[in-house]
Amino acid sequence: MIPERLVNWVVFAGLLAVPLWAIVVDEPFTITLVTRAVILAIAAVGLNIALGIGGLVSLGHAVFFGIGGYAMGILAYHAQTYTSLDLFGLSLAGTKSMPIIWLVAIVVSALAAWIIGLLSLRTSGVYFIMITLAFGQMFYYFAISWSTYGGEDGLSIYVRNGFPGLNTLVPIQFFGLCFALLCIVLFLNARLQNAPFGLALNAARQVPTRVETVGLNPMRLKLVAFVISGAITGLAGALFADLNRFVSPTMFSWQLSGELIVLIVIGGVGRLYGPVVGACLFVALEHWLGALTEFWHIYLGLILLAIVLFARGGIIGLLTGKEGAHV
Amino acid sequence: MSTLLIIEQVLNGLQFGVMLFLMAAGLTLIFGVMGLINLAHGSLYMIGAFAAAAVAGATGSFVLALAAALAVAAIAGALIEMTVIRRLYGKAHLDQVLATFALILIFSEGTRWLFGSFPLFLDIPDYLSGPVTLPGGIQYPLYRLTLIAVGLLVGLGLWALIERTRIGIQIRAGENDREMIAALGVDIRLLYTLVFAIGAALAGLAGALVGAIQSVQVGMGEPVLILAFVVIVIGGIGSIKGAFIGALLVGLTDTLGGIFLPELFKLFMEPGAATQTGSALASMAIYILMSLVLIWRPTGLFGARA
Amino acid sequence: MSEPILATRNLRKNFGALAATDDVSIDLRAGEIHAIIGPNGAGKSTLIAQICGGLRPDSGSVHLLGRDVTQYSKQARARSGLGRTFQISALAMEDSVLENVVLGALGASGNPWRFWSRALSDASLTAKAEAALERVGLIEHRHTRCAELSHGQRRQLEVAVALTLSPKAFVMDEPMAGLGAEGSKLLTAFLDQLRAEAPILLVEHDMDAVFALADRISVLVYGQVIASGTVEEIKSSRAVREAYLGEEA
Repeated sequence: MIPERLVNWVVFAGLLAVPLWAIVVDEPFTITLVTRAVILAIAAVGLNIALGIGGLVSLGHAVFFGIGGYAMGILAYHAQTYTSLDLFGLSLAGTKSMPIIWLVAIVVSALAAWIIGLLSLRTSGVYFIMITLAFGQMFYYFAISWSTYGGEDGLSIYVRNGFPGLNTLVPIQFFGLCFALLCIVLFLNARLQNAPFGLALNAARQVPTRVETVGLNPMRLKLVAFVISGAITGLAGALFADLNRFVSPTMFSWQLSGELIVLIVIGGVGRLYGPVVGACLFVALEHWLGALTEFWHIYLGLILLAIVLFARGGIIGLLTGKEGAHV
Repeated sequence: MSTLLIIEQVLNGLQFGVMLFLMAAGLTLIFGVMGLINLAHGSLYMIGAFAAAAVAGATGSFVLALAAALAVAAIAGALIEMTVIRRLYGKAHLDQVLATFALILIFSEGTRWLFGSFPLFLDIPDYLSGPVTLPGGIQYPLYRLTLIAVGLLVGLGLWALIERTRIGIQIRAGENDREMIAALGVDIRLLYTLVFAIGAALAGLAGALVGAIQSVQVGMGEPVLILAFVVIVIGGIGSIKGAFIGALLVGLTDTLGGIFLPELFKLFMEPGAATQTGSALASMAIYILMSLVLIWRPTGLFGARA
Repeated sequence: MSEPILATRNLRKNFGALAATDDVSIDLRAGEIHAIIGPNGAGKSTLIAQICGGLRPDSGSVHLLGRDVTQYSKQARARSGLGRTFQISALAMEDSVLENVVLGALGASGNPWRFWSRALSDASLTAKAEAALERVGLIEHRHTRCAELSHGQRRQLEVAVALTLSPKAFVMDEPMAGLGAEGSKLLTAFLDQLRAEAPILLVEHDMDAVFALADRISVLVYGQVIASGTVEEIKSSRAVREAYLGEEA
């Protein structure tokens, strides 16, 4: 049994080592690949707060990923076309500044999570799963029908947005930015998990009746968790759109929602680095297995099936002997 | 806005709804009896469509194609149940979601591997094609009318099965108390496999029937699956009646919303913006309906009250 | 006579044609243990649910410390001073003993909206939690995972969590359930002392414990209180014997 701390440090070190090695051997594509893994990890860390700690099986979390992506897309589009964004009678200029875009992505995602959460948390169990899935579809179809921003074809952003003091077009610099954000998000997640809020939320997942009879409100705890979760995934969406310099309705797709959950489960539900391990493995599989066969999803399905039936704690569970959180 | 158009759209809505009902009925039955949420239902829809297309292509017979759809989907369902699904009963919903999501991946890619990425075509047979003149002078495609009829017949058949046969009693009892019927000597394993196979057959039939008016391709099942979930949320999990009413509501809302909402907006907006806003809202109409039902009745119209 | 700490007045609850709770008025006075007994199906769980807030009565009212709490949620009743233990332990199995009790302390403090500092490093929470653990005798096991505790230890933990709320009244649903002779003796002694801090409404099947502890006993049959009085009065009541104790003789 390997201590979880050690696993975490190894993964952390690996995430730093691989891009540095890529610079040495001059393989910029590898850096892009790792950046992709880091961004998906941020999205999954967000989801893990709702899923792993709160026990909310949100099968529509791509909603927030897409909102973040479109926040970036819309703002950058208006900036690059020198048009103004008319919203509620206000005429806003676009922007290509990452910090502002991130702020907008976070705020709008949090707001959406608040509303969706209020509606969805009136139910529980299977209903909740179905409803979150349905909201995902709603945004997907809405994005397709919204032709102003590309509709089904999506929106291309020609130049990557800017961050003060950096040249974000250089792969390693953009990677560094994303990696720093991942570290911040992981740190906040760790603090949250051990804080009174995390304790109460964790209890709300396992034994909501007890939480009620000590005078706390499980529904409110879960709603706040859902909002935080949505905000983080929204941030990841904005980063993802910047990575690809492209936003499209597929960022809202049910496939992506499913993949986010798959990431976490493969890594280890409720474990701090579960999403990170899962994201790295997923991107690695996508790249290498995908090169071997175009039907690599079959193998992903088989791996997932095996994990669900036989190794419920995911990779971290296998390495450390700890079970995943029971959701 | 002619009455003709409205009636035609109402019929379209009914046809859409009735096909959704086939999906939703299977899903809600499986959940009601086995407590299992099944994401792979969309794959069974797809399998039915592909089986029908393959058999129709080989034999030229639509009837054989439908029979194949039913059979292949039912067998596929039974096989999945015995190998994978059986291990999921009683497990957490997350596990069921993940395992059935894994099945989607396997089936979708597997079908793509077998049949390629291009859509297959399933033709409406000659004896069902062409318009039919309804009372009032309305012309409506015969095939779509047939779908409505088939859907209603299936609804009737399901009702008869559940209310009037011994298996139906077992199903109803199973929905209420699983341990009890096992204690009463009912072979639970067989019952569960049967229920799953029935649900699968319904999905496969829907896939085949709809495959003739849309195309048969990988990934066709999941959007319908998610709509079926919306139907169940509106109707109430475990209720076939809820699935029926919910399906009709969803079908009509989607079809009529697409027509009426842009018109509604044209009353106080200029045509261009009205069509844009109207269509965008129409694409969300079903989900708005779902949200409204949830605010009013969190467990659906006919679901068990909390 | 001083105001009862906890009381129900004319509580009624019907499920269809079945009167699960039929005009029940009971009260709990300071310093006492009031036991509710009755055969299975008498409606004890339904009554407890209405007292604790899990079920709304059709008519009648529930009062806590003189306040009408009939419309209060479970949370609100807990914060008003109602502590309860469950027949089937409601504990966070993945968490440690200490974490479970800290949850109680957190509830008592009323503020879970802290996202930064470690819960287990918060002296205001851990002090209360550890005090409760000391009292029930679980302090050495505070870092043990709840899933690894014995059944008896879990029953102790149930009580500890309720203690952290410093409740004004306890409602305990079969606390002796599943305990062996030794465990029952210990818990009986514990409850005996506890009544001085806060009175206990005790639903129990274990007659030895009931007769040892109860100041008053109310007998619930088919949703009605058919008798209410001291241990001696209940033991000698013919109505009770016929309805309940008689079946065991």
